[in-house]
Amino acid sequence: MADDWQHGGFGLYVHWPFCQAKCPYCDFNSHVAREIDQKAWVRAYVAELERSASELPGRVLNTIFFGGGTPSLMMPETVAAVIETARRLWPTSNDMEITLEANPGSVEAGRFAAYHDGGVNRISMGVQALNDQDLRRLGRIHSVAEARAAFDIARRCFDRVSFDLIYARQDQTPDAWRAELNEALAMAVDHLSLYQLTIEDGTAFGDRYARGKLRGLPADDDAADMYLITQEVCAAHGLPAYEVSNHARPGAESRHNLIYWRYGDYVGIGPGAHGRLTIGGQRYATESPLNPGAWLSSVAAGSGELSRVALSLQDQANEYLMMGLRIAEGLDIDRYEALSPQPLNRNRLAHLAELGMIDIDGPRLKATAQGRAVLNAVILDLMSE
Amino acid sequence: MTDLAHIRNFSIVAHIDHGKSTLADRLIQETGTVQDRDMKEQLLDSMDIERERGITIKANTVRIDYTADNGEHYVLNLIDTPGHVDFAYEVSRSMRAVEGSLLVVDSTQGVEAQTLANVYQAIDANHEIVPILNKIDLPASECDRVAEQIEDVIGIDASGAIRVSAKTGVGIHETLEAIVKHLPAPKGTRDAPLKAMLVDSWYDSYLGVIVLVRIMDGVLRKGMRVKFMSNSTLHHVDRIGVFRPAMQMVDELGPGEIGFLTASIKQVRDTRVGDTITNDRNGADKALPGFKPAQPVVFCGLFPVDSAEFEDLRDAIEKLALNDASFSYEMETSAALGFGFRCGFLGLLHLEVIRDRLEREYDIELITTAPSVVYHVFMRDGEMRELHNPADMPDLSKVDHIEEPRIKATILVPDDYLGDVLKLCQDRRGIQQDLSYAGSRAMVVYDLPLNEVVFDFYDRLKSVTKGYASFDYQLTGYREDSLVKMSILVNDEPVDALSTMVHRDRAEARGRAMCEKLKDLIPRHMFKIPIQAAIGGKVIARETLSALRKDVTAKCYGGDATRKKKLLEKQKAGKKKMRQFGKVDIPQEAFISALKMDS
Ligand SMILES: Nc1nc2c(ncn2[C@@H]2O[C@H](COP(=O)(O)OP(=O)(O)OP(=O)(O)O)[C@@H](O)[C@H]2O)c(=O)[nH]1
Ligand SMILES: C[S@@+](CC[C@H](N)C(=O)[O-])C[C@H]1O[C@@H](n2cnc3c(N)ncnc32)[C@H](O)[C@@H]1O
Ligand code: SF4
Ligand SMILES: [Mg+2]
Repeated sequence: MADDWQHGGFGLYVHWPFCQAKCPYCDFNSHVAREIDQKAWVRAYVAELERSASELPGRVLNTIFFGGGTPSLMMPETVAAVIETARRLWPTSNDMEITLEANPGSVEAGRFAAYHDGGVNRISMGVQALNDQDLRRLGRIHSVAEARAAFDIARRCFDRVSFDLIYARQDQTPDAWRAELNEALAMAVDHLSLYQLTIEDGTAFGDRYARGKLRGLPADDDAADMYLITQEVCAAHGLPAYEVSNHARPGAESRHNLIYWRYGDYVGIGPGAHGRLTIGGQRYATESPLNPGAWLSSVAAGSGELSRVALSLQDQANEYLMMGLRIAEGLDIDRYEALSPQPLNRNRLAHLAELGMIDIDGPRLKATAQGRAVLNAVILDLMSE
Repeated sequence: MTDLAHIRNFSIVAHIDHGKSTLADRLIQETGTVQDRDMKEQLLDSMDIERERGITIKANTVRIDYTADNGEHYVLNLIDTPGHVDFAYEVSRSMRAVEGSLLVVDSTQGVEAQTLANVYQAIDANHEIVPILNKIDLPASECDRVAEQIEDVIGIDASGAIRVSAKTGVGIHETLEAIVKHLPAPKGTRDAPLKAMLVDSWYDSYLGVIVLVRIMDGVLRKGMRVKFMSNSTLHHVDRIGVFRPAMQMVDELGPGEIGFLTASIKQVRDTRVGDTITNDRNGADKALPGFKPAQPVVFCGLFPVDSAEFEDLRDAIEKLALNDASFSYEMETSAALGFGFRCGFLGLLHLEVIRDRLEREYDIELITTAPSVVYHVFMRDGEMRELHNPADMPDLSKVDHIEEPRIKATILVPDDYLGDVLKLCQDRRGIQQDLSYAGSRAMVVYDLPLNEVVFDFYDRLKSVTKGYASFDYQLTGYREDSLVKMSILVNDEPVDALSTMVHRDRAEARGRAMCEKLKDLIPRHMFKIPIQAAIGGKVIARETLSALRKDVTAKCYGGDATRKKKLLEKQKAGKKKMRQFGKVDIPQEAFISALKMDS
């Protein structure tokens, strides 16, 4: 029998943990460093790739994703070396997708062409807002003008460009968001990641929020309205949601991220990177040390892996459920039930369907647009104990 | 055996936290009853809950030897008593076993509500009272003022009050001398048939039931057969001893002495506190007056969170009840909560203590339903039914009228807060009976329905007076009032465990408050949920909990899967702890919190 991961594909995630400045809302594993010896990083990435490939020989690699942090701070040579190594170690699909996350500053934009030459074929830019005052409040160091300029350059260099916006920002009204979203859609994008601002513990915003000092966050009802507006406006422009926060023209979806949501396998290399690997029929969750220095030393000592945990079938079923319901295509009920020790609870399914939260479409279970808005509750209802 | 003239028996009584147990420590230590190295604070508070909460729950007896300044050797039996009103019964029966009381008053606080309650009991028991002004080591100590207050408010002579620091040991010697000089020796006849008062009993896993006795007449000897006069049961006495405070076996106990016996008794229920123990043949012809048994006044349902633990809960409750005759239980079935027990307690603290012990010692998670008092429901056909659970309220057409228990509440409060206290009592349907002053402190007496007090009155009192008020109550009897059962419907289904008895005139306000509270306590669901309060079929208040509109994690990529899954699993476990009513999950704390009033 084929391994479960094959339904989702196989990708490579590379984490670059450095940024020019730390944004106050961000809880990604990102650090501000004065000097980075990129040669050392190349060596470490290559070593990790080799270690992974020896465990997963012969896999067809579908995607590579450089995430961060700010991968657009990587020298193009660094990026190219990783791509080259991956291609050397694994057979790759013909149309392999290689995405790089970029901050929309002028310096970064200057490197876009070189990234393209190194093999990158998709750019995802962290624009975050189309309003200078809000960019400042988000602690961003770029301006709207710079972002637009970077976007134009990206458009010229790459066939596929996406950008991220954060909404439900301080003092943002549903109307203002609608207007901003229309502006964004007027740009020549075919993919948008639109995230509701999340206040994360352990960030500057999180601390301020805990002290009651983060004012002007939209009320729950307004935030819910903004989510609805997002669905409606994007769909009207031909970029329907294919995932909770991701919108694309059909065919322009991020294939790398779809591997996560379709619960495929992925190698994660770099500080704090996670992986899901099926070896000898058993799926493992892997993690790496968060701290960049610690990761480098651990790689030097033989392996950048901090932990490897065998996932029970129940764990896998839960992960598949939680990921699969995020995407519009939903999950495959048979596949879920092949993993899960217990079948889906039909009474709950019926009740959720009656409430308009899910759709059962032949073999597939999908959360409706309404269901996706309250997906945590839907998942909790369906998750088996 | 000690001759009567050289025995002194006394209880130590006071308002909660005034230092009874600490004073007992010093008396034990000063007389060398316990070696210094074995000493610890509040030595007699040996239960975990007592140590954790820093309060005494069970009265404790200790026998100490004291050589007085006059060179004579004395045997002193002291009983340390609890201060909290729920355990007042422990104090009253302890007092019946002794001739005098040390009345401890915290000299930084003065006379408080339980000081009064205890002193009146001591006077009723014909006790000689030695006032002790404690905590004189503290800068806020005001001995003269407090002594004056004792004379004004209580009306006993406080000129000889002993100034003590139970902490540092100052005044302990004087206290011991006062015990010997001012407290009377017990009376009794050695050559009479045995007459021993059964003061208390509890279960010990090694020795079975231990019976605390005070010998009034005659002699109790090891190996004797005795009769418990209330039910004429016969027992073979296999051990006799005294507490120092560890058990020490003796061969006999004579008149005036306090000690224990064991007689292979299996259950605490086989012994009746207040009973008279005598010889099996030619015993005493007249029993001692006996005590009124402690009646549970507050009832609530206890249900296992995990319904599979019902049998474990039954075992645990049975075991606890073995040791606590004031705690009652019967099985209860709730449509909402499944199988559980309706339990009766002496008060809310007693309830908390038992619940705590069940949860901790037996590791059973519990849902506690709204506490209720015992109503007397008079049926049209003249029958009177005791109603322990509002859910059992009979059909109204068959009910003639309902009576509820009333209390006399005594509250001492600094003048500044008097207005708030009066308002609180008024809001709780109280009828003022008396208002007097002792210096700048007011003493108010209210007639109140127990129902209004049982639940959160004390919390409210503490909060409106910033902790400066003290409160004591006694049950006075039953009185008819216009009482109705209010039901709560969640998503159109009645939740029996949320039914309460309320006064008709307050039903709307209570109903509204409960619906509002529940609206906050029940998490939003994927659909909207009506919450209603109803009397009979008539809805008197309504709220709607709107549907959840947005609850989704914005970003969930490969690196987020692990964390997110753990979070969901935790939430799932949390959800499992909620109770399902139809399709609605109600968190367990809602059953109690819904009743808390903000005023
Ligand atoms: N400073 C000072 N503190 C004291 C003195 N006597 C008791 N305390 C403290 O007062 C608190 C209450 O003392 P307890 O002896 O537990 O009081 P209690 O009257 O037995 O309390 P309950 O049994 O709960 O009614 C403890 O923190 C003692 O350490 C004293 O003379 N001086
Ligand atoms: C790995 S991050 C950042 C990529 C890049 N360093 C940047 O900031 O432009 C990917 C995206 O997550 C989004 N994001 C980060 N923190 C967020 C938060 N607290 N709430 C909502 N979105 C957030 C931002 O839109 C960001 O572009
Ligand atoms: S949001 Fe992007 S740029 Fe800002 S700290 Fe996070 S990873 Fe770095
Ligand atoms: Mg005590």
